[in-house]
Amino acid sequence: MSLAPTPGQTVGPFFGFALPYAGGDRLVPPGQPGAIRLHGRVLDGAGDPVPDALVEIWQADPDGRVVQQPGSLLRDDWTFTGWGRTETDRTGRYSFTTVEPGATTPGAAPYVAVTVFARGLLDRLLTRAYLPAPEAVLASDALLASVAPDRRHTLITTRDEHGLVFDIRLQGPDETVFLDHAPD
Amino acid sequence: MAAVTPSSPPVASSDAAASTQEEISAEIDQLSREYAASGRVEERVRLDYPPYRSSVLRHPTKDPHHADPEGIELWAPVFGQRDVDPLEADLTIQHRGEPIGERLVVTGRVLDGEGRPVRHQLVEVWQANAGGRYIHKRDQHPAPIDPSFTGVGRCLTDADGWYRFTTIKPGPYPWKNHRNAWRPAHIHFSVFGREFTQRLVTQMYFPGDPLFALDPIYQAITDQAARDRLVATYDHGVTTHEWSTGYRWDIVLTGSHRTPFEEESA
Ligand SMILES: [Fe+2]
Repeated sequence: MSLAPTPGQTVGPFFGFALPYAGGDRLVPPGQPGAIRLHGRVLDGAGDPVPDALVEIWQADPDGRVVQQPGSLLRDDWTFTGWGRTETDRTGRYSFTTVEPGATTPGAAPYVAVTVFARGLLDRLLTRAYLPAPEAVLASDALLASVAPDRRHTLITTRDEHGLVFDIRLQGPDETVFLDHAPD
Repeated sequence: MAAVTPSSPPVASSDAAASTQEEISAEIDQLSREYAASGRVEERVRLDYPPYRSSVLRHPTKDPHHADPEGIELWAPVFGQRDVDPLEADLTIQHRGEPIGERLVVTGRVLDGEGRPVRHQLVEVWQANAGGRYIHKRDQHPAPIDPSFTGVGRCLTDADGWYRFTTIKPGPYPWKNHRNAWRPAHIHFSVFGREFTQRLVTQMYFPGDPLFALDPIYQAITDQAARDRLVATYDHGVTTHEWSTGYRWDIVLTGSHRTPFEEESA
């Protein structure tokens, strides 16, 4: 049996009182050993910040294990669930406190799976935020190897003093590579 | 707190209410004719749909890059009883008073593309009140706020994929896409599947809404059959005696990539 999918619709302007929640951006407590900041901006085609976007992340733990534990909505600060959600602020910035994911397959390039929603964006967008890694590791990744060389950097985070920076450009010359996972 | 404001205001094409409904409707009709002539079937909403003005600078211009999901993408976050109180499924009991409006139950199943139920997974809803007003500081529509209604609910699907919310019927509301623009009444839904790639945020509509033809968000799904999948069905079997009306709406996520074997061994 194959059922036709329910189409998406924009998250609209008014999700702010419903979807974000206290602790959504805090996958681990700040200050926990290994805690880092994963942050960046969401930008539109004019390079202007998108102040009404919602960003979700989903990632493995530092050992590359996929966690299947509840508790993302009401965190106990001890259970790492691997999932987080936050909205952009008035300057289009978002920020998570998390840990760096390990590779789910030994030797693979680790990444954080990212979902983006916004007013004006009619359906959610999926992408990956790869950790910086030696070129040999990045080059061996099937997705990164298949992306045009001049766009590959849009999928790779950069390091700053607190952790990882990942800007999301919905449109424009440096448009982020967004993913389609539908079977061929 | 010294918040930095964006250096430039939103583009004039968005929120300026510059166009008339006639101009927006003409654009919708043109895109609809082009779609009919194309012979294609589009199951999904378009990201590039200029009649929805705020999409102009917020849609990717490049085709999405095909990627086989792997690792973390083959799994979804788990939500449990710790996360969701069963009372959150009733939006009419969150305050001391009864909210104003038509009390209704909306229920249905969350299924994957193969028709398998999505079990014990999170469903979130949010909506305007009966007068078309959101509890959100950006909603300046001068309709009354209902002190007995917030308009936010959550639940987990059961072992057969069923969700069920008790709420009131939201009103249509004006917005600034163009002059005299009104959204059809809708409930926003946020749904998770068993895999990250099945994530869905959408809107559920009510049958026969006269605003369907005029609404560029609904019309951004160019295929009528696909649009129809967002419209709930009135179901007298869900309606209860002297209590509430009932609607049925099933949600189908994209097909899953994990095989049943992986499912069992998980
Ligand atoms: Fe809405």
